[in-house]
Amino acid sequence: MKDFEQPVLRVSHLNKQYGKGCASCRDAGGMVLNKNFCPVCATVYACRDITFEVYAGEILGVVGESGSGKSTLMQCLYFDQKVSGGEAYISSYKSGRENIFTESSQQKRYIRNRMMGKVYQNPVLGLKMDFSSIGNIAEKLIAAGNRNVREMEARGKELLEHVNIPVYRIKEAPRNFSGGMQQRVQIAKALSNNPPLLLLDEVTTGLDLSVQASVLDLIKQIQRRLKISVLIVSHDLGVIRMLADRTIVILDGRIVEQGLTDQILEDPQHGYTQQLVQSLLV
Amino acid sequence: MEEIIAVEHLSKYFTIHNLGKHIEALHDINIAMKEGEFVGITGKSGSGKSTVFKCIYRTYVPQRGSIWYNSKKFGPVNLTKASERQVIYLRKHEIGYVSQFLNVMPRTTARELVKQGVLEMGRAEDYAEWEAEKMLAHFELDRELWDSYPATFSGGEKLRLNIARAMVKHPRLLLLDEPTASLDYTSKLRVRELIEQLIREGTTMMGIFHDLEFMENLCHREYTLRDGKLVDRAAVNLY
Ligand SMILES: Nc1ncnc2c1ncn2[C@@H]1O[C@H](COP(=O)(O)OP(=O)(O)OP(=O)(O)O)[C@@H](O)[C@H]1O
Ligand SMILES: Nc1ncnc2c1ncn2[C@@H]1O[C@H](COP(=O)(O)OP(=O)(O)O)[C@@H](O)[C@H]1O
Ligand SMILES: [Mg+2]
Ligand SMILES: [Mg+2]
Ligand SMILES: [Zn+2]
Repeated sequence: MKDFEQPVLRVSHLNKQYGKGCASCRDAGGMVLNKNFCPVCATVYACRDITFEVYAGEILGVVGESGSGKSTLMQCLYFDQKVSGGEAYISSYKSGRENIFTESSQQKRYIRNRMMGKVYQNPVLGLKMDFSSIGNIAEKLIAAGNRNVREMEARGKELLEHVNIPVYRIKEAPRNFSGGMQQRVQIAKALSNNPPLLLLDEVTTGLDLSVQASVLDLIKQIQRRLKISVLIVSHDLGVIRMLADRTIVILDGRIVEQGLTDQILEDPQHGYTQQLVQSLLV
Repeated sequence: MEEIIAVEHLSKYFTIHNLGKHIEALHDINIAMKEGEFVGITGKSGSGKSTVFKCIYRTYVPQRGSIWYNSKKFGPVNLTKASERQVIYLRKHEIGYVSQFLNVMPRTTARELVKQGVLEMGRAEDYAEWEAEKMLAHFELDRELWDSYPATFSGGEKLRLNIARAMVKHPRLLLLDEPTASLDYTSKLRVRELIEQLIREGTTMMGIFHDLEFMENLCHREYTLRDGKLVDRAAVNLY
């Protein structure tokens, strides 16, 4: 009865460390670590034993302070970083039976191009700043196997219009755009291959409030209309409150609490979550 | 199970970590309801009424006890242990919650809001539109308000929208948390009529009401809370 539905993405025991580790941090179970950092060998344990699922059509929020490992988690899922350990399964890839982390790099590219879209915290990482905006989208479409130029142009135009980039500016390079516009081009690009899974890393950070609101609106709209699953990372619980059905709280690379978003907000169990919620109230 | 919902030995306290504090909210609560019943929960402010509802809705996580709900989809489920996804399903399809507060996405019109309730049950766009309009008309929300944003609505209008949003799903169990608080007398009467109508339609409801005499002759049974405990172990039968 517990499994009345199958997850779109299942992540289990994901670990990511930067550095080799040493005798004192490897076996001590995190005892000598300063937050996620080993003072002896300078290894960073960015993600530790991360396990969660994302279901069809839901928005799952990931919240945590700066340096807690949120972007690292997203990078691992999008194959921008190699994991140190753990598994992940995508239901639309080999019926969710193969651990995508151990697939060949060719297969990983296939998964990334066809089954995922990602919006980076830093637009410079997600966009070719000197390409035209529509060219950025075409790039993703080509990677996903498209060859028909007319079709790609139509699709790019439609997507950019959808994220409110005026038609007369779609040939412009994102370099010329404001932060909010760059994020919207990233969102259009991420959606171009109709991915079942959208990864959003701090999409609204650094944008002014009204622009933030319009980007959040856009995400909600997209998720409703396209019914795709979204994993959204933010250090801002306000963003998570607005968007997420369920929420994961991470601290120093570990999940300290997960639950329904209203439960996380109204009855936080962990001391750290309580602190986060309090800071939202004042 | 015979009841639609059975709260058994429910206890809830809040731990405030940075203050090293415990707040006792509920102690050994037992409540059972049959389908089609309308049960009232009364008690002074702070006695734990909303906490009971929020435990049922899983906004709060109780420490002890179980809440058995007889789901159409899953059969008997213990709401304190059900998976998050199951709870989300039940919220979308079977259990409604109405409070005096309207917690909504900004820049969503009244019509969109109600329609959304139908869409998330997996129904088609035009069906959702039709149902939403029917509900808004049914609960007599002024037509001119349908396409405006609820942030500017009056208390009574928000409430009617809230109820429309919950009722458009035809929930099997509806939780009403002080729906008449801060309303003027006429608006309260409208709510009372709404509730009478829902009773006639056979909706199972649990309601918290500040001014009890206002709900007189409406509740089938009533439980009273004092300091997080039931005053009598069994509910007072009002008929
Ligand atoms: N390439 C890298 N090499 C070494 N350490 C890294 C690398 N990338 C990230 N880290 C470290 O891993 C930890 C997690 O970083 P990450 O970028 O995932 O944090 P974050 O939660 O996204 O923070 P923010 O909210 O500031 O974006 C940090 O201690 C960071 O210094
Ligand atoms: N989220 C919460 N965090 C801490 N204490 C809470 C919370 N919700 C309720 N309480 C406490 O639980 C008790 C019961 O509150 P509540 O159920 O809201 O009462 P009522 O609805 O009967 O007025 C009160 O002491 C209240 O302060
Ligand atoms: Mg980051
Ligand atoms: Mg209350
Ligand atoms: Zn070390």
